[in-house]
Amino acid sequence: MSATYTGTKVCLWTLDHADPASLETYVANGGYSALKKILAEKTPAEQIIEQVKISALRGRGGAGFPTGLKWSFMPRNYQGDKYVVCNTDEGEPGTFKDRDIVEYNPHQLIEGMIIAGYTLGAKAGYNYIHGEIFELYESWEKALEEARAAGYLGKNICGSGWDYDLHAHHGYGAYVCGEETALLESLEGKKGQPRFKPPFPASYGLYGKPTTINNTETLASIPWIMRHGGQAFLELGKPNNGGTKIFSISGHVNKPGNYEIPLGTPFADLLEMAGGVRNGHKLKAVIPGGSSAPVLPAEIMMDCTLDFDAIAKAGSMLGSGAVIVMDETTCMVKALERLSYFYFEESCGQCTPCREGTGWMYRVVHRIEHGEGRPEDLDLLMDVGRNISGRTICALGDAAVGPVHSFIKHFRQEFEHHIAHKRCMVGA
Amino acid sequence: MTLSAESLAQIDKEIAKYPANQKQSAVMSALRIAQLEKGWLSPETIEFVAQYLGMPAIAAYEVATFYNMYELEPCGRHKITVCTNLPCQLQGADTVADYLKRKLGIDFGETTPDGRFTLREGECFGACGSGPLCLHNNHKMHTHLTPETVDKLLDELK
Amino acid sequence: MPVITIDDKEIEVASGATVMDAARELGIYIPHFCYHKKLSIAANCRMCLVEVEKAAKPLPACATPVTDGMVVRSHSDKAVQAQKGVMEFLLINHPLDCPICDQGGECMLQDIAMGYGGVASRYVEPKRVVKEKDLGPLVATDMTRCIHCSRCVRFGQEIAGIMELGMPGRGEFTEVMPFLQHQVNSELSGNVIDLCPVGALTSKPFRYNARPWELSRRKAVSPHDGLGSNLALHVKDGRVLRATPVENEAINECWLSDRDRYSYQALNSDERLLQPMVKDGGHWVEIDWHKALVQAAGSLKVIRETHGAEAIGFLASPHQTVEELYLFQKLARALGCENVDFRIDRSDFSGQPAGVPWLGMPVAELNNLDRVLLVGSSVRKEQPLVAGRLRQAVKAGAELNVVHVADDDLLCRVANKLIAKPSGLVNALAQVAKALQEAGAAIAEAPDVAVGAEARALAASLMSGAKKAVLLGQLAQLHPHAAELHALAQAIAKATGATLGVLAASANSVGAGLVDCLPGPDGLHAAGMFTQPRKAYVILGAEPDLGAGDTAAAHQALESAELVIALSPFKTRSMDYAHVMLPIAAFAETAGSFVSMEGRLQSFRAAVPPQGEARPAWKVLRVLGNQFGLDGFDQDTAEQVLAEALPDGEAGLKARLGNEMSGVTVSHLAAAEGMERLGDTPIYQLDLYTRRAPALQATEDGLAGHAAAACGSLIARLGLATDKPVKVRQNGAETIMKLIRDDSLPDNVVRVPGSLPAAVMFGTRFGPISLEKM
Ligand SMILES: Cc1cc2nc3c(=O)[nH]c(=O)nc-3n(C[C@H](O)[C@H](O)[C@H](O)COP(=O)(O)O)c2cc1C
Ligand code: SF4
Ligand code: FES
Repeated sequence: MSATYTGTKVCLWTLDHADPASLETYVANGGYSALKKILAEKTPAEQIIEQVKISALRGRGGAGFPTGLKWSFMPRNYQGDKYVVCNTDEGEPGTFKDRDIVEYNPHQLIEGMIIAGYTLGAKAGYNYIHGEIFELYESWEKALEEARAAGYLGKNICGSGWDYDLHAHHGYGAYVCGEETALLESLEGKKGQPRFKPPFPASYGLYGKPTTINNTETLASIPWIMRHGGQAFLELGKPNNGGTKIFSISGHVNKPGNYEIPLGTPFADLLEMAGGVRNGHKLKAVIPGGSSAPVLPAEIMMDCTLDFDAIAKAGSMLGSGAVIVMDETTCMVKALERLSYFYFEESCGQCTPCREGTGWMYRVVHRIEHGEGRPEDLDLLMDVGRNISGRTICALGDAAVGPVHSFIKHFRQEFEHHIAHKRCMVGA
Repeated sequence: MTLSAESLAQIDKEIAKYPANQKQSAVMSALRIAQLEKGWLSPETIEFVAQYLGMPAIAAYEVATFYNMYELEPCGRHKITVCTNLPCQLQGADTVADYLKRKLGIDFGETTPDGRFTLREGECFGACGSGPLCLHNNHKMHTHLTPETVDKLLDELK
Repeated sequence: MPVITIDDKEIEVASGATVMDAARELGIYIPHFCYHKKLSIAANCRMCLVEVEKAAKPLPACATPVTDGMVVRSHSDKAVQAQKGVMEFLLINHPLDCPICDQGGECMLQDIAMGYGGVASRYVEPKRVVKEKDLGPLVATDMTRCIHCSRCVRFGQEIAGIMELGMPGRGEFTEVMPFLQHQVNSELSGNVIDLCPVGALTSKPFRYNARPWELSRRKAVSPHDGLGSNLALHVKDGRVLRATPVENEAINECWLSDRDRYSYQALNSDERLLQPMVKDGGHWVEIDWHKALVQAAGSLKVIRETHGAEAIGFLASPHQTVEELYLFQKLARALGCENVDFRIDRSDFSGQPAGVPWLGMPVAELNNLDRVLLVGSSVRKEQPLVAGRLRQAVKAGAELNVVHVADDDLLCRVANKLIAKPSGLVNALAQVAKALQEAGAAIAEAPDVAVGAEARALAASLMSGAKKAVLLGQLAQLHPHAAELHALAQAIAKATGATLGVLAASANSVGAGLVDCLPGPDGLHAAGMFTQPRKAYVILGAEPDLGAGDTAAAHQALESAELVIALSPFKTRSMDYAHVMLPIAAFAETAGSFVSMEGRLQSFRAAVPPQGEARPAWKVLRVLGNQFGLDGFDQDTAEQVLAEALPDGEAGLKARLGNEMSGVTVSHLAAAEGMERLGDTPIYQLDLYTRRAPALQATEDGLAGHAAAACGSLIARLGLATDKPVKVRQNGAETIMKLIRDDSLPDNVVRVPGSLPAAVMFGTRFGPISLEKM
């Protein structure tokens, strides 16, 4: 495998064209043909879901839940409104892939959301866009206008007699709203506090109506699957890990950015595409799936392939495909301090273990980083973490614990050095 | 206390996105639009927005205090929010932040005496690949920051 | 139905039930904070985590639905470990200031911490400190103690119907607070004190008065509205220091209105009459009971001999007990006097229902109604917990319709409403009757009036639905044409298959009727006793010059009487016109009984001894009977009096309840021109006690009870200023009072509460009135 991937891309292919975001570019390359076909042939929802199942498309939002299965949970003959919601609240540190889809291939996301709406019998769809990328909230609304003008949205879509519309909703600075039920609360105009599940969105979602929530990349993959078939998508990746995936690589690499490559690509290749580790330093550690994923030491990471199963086996998660690279100059205590602060700052505050525990963990790590650590602190951190994970309403609690546990597990001696010598062992 | 006709028109546009009995869904946009006009969200502004959307004032206040990008106190003409989260940090955000603090003579959360700049620490903007980053007044993102580009930016912001 | 096993005990539960429900049925205690059976599930405290077989993680019992065959362990190592973990988190930022905390001794956190708290805290970081909030005169805060269970917030949204408290902020910095320093004004606000599992929200008047374990709890029945809420009076050194609800699903559930909760303050008021007193050459002198009774009876005898028994008027308050009211009317009649009445606040005495007016159904049935027509009722202020039940009914899909003189915010969806000036109220209700007739309903009483669209919509609502009720509120009963309103309501109820109900305004209105504390055939009713002044009056626990339908007439009659004997727990006001004042035990100080609006007979004992020389009124009346040498005044106990008053008890009295009224012709169909007065009874002016509870008087409702109010457009039209003094004139009398804006009032209506000392000389609660710039 060479340092550049020239094969098929599902989402970011428009970047190889002059005017990537335009409706013209998209349509000229087969855009909206899948939708037109479905509407013309009145393809039964079951058939569409079947193709999505065959494709082995797994949720790109972090949990990696099989999309076809999720779609089959939507009540078929429910009287009343149903909704489709797209999750573009990309706030997981290290993740910046969905923004590129919305910026460079907005219409594929729109077509995906329309097909989802058709398949799931939805009345309307909302795309919840991260507040900090507000410019994309505006540009995507423009794309919606184009789609409406072209008859892909609104009343009597493509003469099919079917009405359906899409809208943009923006966040305004709350990571937790990426969690699907917090997102729904936020969409309803409330604080973004996750709901206890069950009931799941498929039965009690937006405004209490059946709702399907998918990540941007997940929904953007749908048109490709419907155009080329589930099998073709599956074959882009590897069994149970269908398709290409956008990896957002950041940190100590020469060319940080998004790389859409087949699932199953070795990490070493991705690192090479990203120009390797910055100024010739040695690789120290990698967080392979966004800040919530446990960190892995270089040696484990270097012989790991990038797919849900392999990374899970290695003891972490592919998560959102956000790969954070840290070289030998990185102080792991300082790195953990910043991540712990993030979860403390972003906890919604509703459930006790997360509200109280994230602050506790941050303050302890902060003390250690500032030379006030105590020998018992590391065991305390592990224990506080154990008291949070699995006991909260949403997974932010677990997300906050992942880094703490994994950093201490793999780099304990570095923490002990901080505590003993009140300073960092990495000369940085 | 009221908002300009333009602002109200924008808010109405947002309200129209949601079912008729779900006006409250537009509260995040409404507060954003109100803040754009007034510079910050005073209790009177929040109460007005709540009434306009037919929701309890305290519920609108909950929203205004839950999301980081709302300003509950008067803030500088130019709010600069720097992401200092891990990926940006690894890519030099701290250097940029320290440079900004020194140059403006204020810390995060502070406003310059002339009321021109307010500095804030931000959490992941979802654009780490282009870090170090900052947001100008919430909506305009500036990427690949270095002391030089920071100088340029500050000069542009009168 | 699913079967679940908890701690090896098996039980079958309704599908949809949670593990917590099942555990409660099994009598298994699972520690919890945010869970409350009357509130929605929040599952945020995580204290109720239990081990569930085949579940990877411990699950919250309060939010986990039971599935068939589920096996739960609530005290296994895994469960207890999870619970201990949560408890540690709850404590790290808790001040642990139990020694100075009012909740100490009755604190869920303290109790559960005993069982689950770790020994030494592993938390060495600085603790969180939270700024205090001002929630007004009733609820005190110590917000640093808050554990974020959100019970108080959910109570506002779900039960009180108004979100006054919220949880702004995020994460560790989330704080319970009102919108800025807005006070909490719900008439049910005190319930958050009981709901708060820690000492974050406590009773302001009770603050630092006593430690819970120093208090003994005595069961009592609220003496205010006709609901008969059950409460516990907390007593120390013979004084009531606070009141809390006693759960009774059929009546107040687990709630209490603020009126019921804080009125105890009046018991310890320095306006209490502690010693018999007589007026001697214009001066009040204390004398002993014997002399007082001899003098009272003696002077009454003289009046009777010189002017005849009919020269005496007997007036009693419907907040007195069955026993007292029974002996009161018995005394009157034994003296040959038929001038007896408890309806002091009424203006219209024409048309008598065949039976004693009542709700017409059990209180609990209110929740199950599909259609309601509320006539002349500011129900939130008249019956706060009845309003709460109606809100629950509306939540469950009921259509609530209103015909009233003010567009009150009932804090729930109102299907249709007709808001009219008081003089237009009969017309408004007649429109509904007419609309029903036009819609084809078989209706007897349908006067010829022009029908508006609202009336049609309202009628349509009443013609649908199964369980229906037409309810007459306090204002409908005070109204100068109360009988016509009653007749119309009755016709509407008949035509729509609804139950006609009367919302008894006072704790013992029904009881007073049952013991016939009413004028005999040729006796005078309350108003008559004033318009045709008597030589002497005997007054039991009432302040007629404040409460009367015509306060001026009452005032003049009392002023000019030769003899006024006042049996009252308080000396103030009585002093102004009485000649003999006999101190009687206040509520909580005497055994007795009330009959509630649903016809429920509730007896209670004294919680504390009477203050000073005060004696239970039934004993005083008995001795007075003896003074006159009358037979039948030799009861030794309240029970004996009750047995005599209501021989066949609750079962028997039910047969004598009834709202059927006949022989009324509806004729006052034209609303008057110009400005008119609305003289309703404010929530905290209902009786002697509420008028003397400082905390209640300090609330927004309390203050509003002392001001004049009008809608914004009227204020503007008259060029007046809000929250400034204005000159108010009625019946030639004029006074100056604060004018407040109340847009729920129709145009040309000025609310000047009845029972306003400043407005005594205004006279009638309704009628022409004028406002003038100062
Ligand atoms: C704290 C937290 C943050 C999350 N943030 C995101 C996010 O930014 N974008 C996203 O798509 N999913 C996010 N998720 C996952 C969503 O809850 C949800 O699983 C996902 O959107 C489902 O879409 P998918 O099945 O297509 O992946 C987050 C979950 C948690 C617990
Ligand atoms: S885990 Fe944290 S973020 Fe999730 S609900 Fe609980 S407090 Fe909120
Ligand atoms: S009682 Fe179950 S989480 Fe609070």
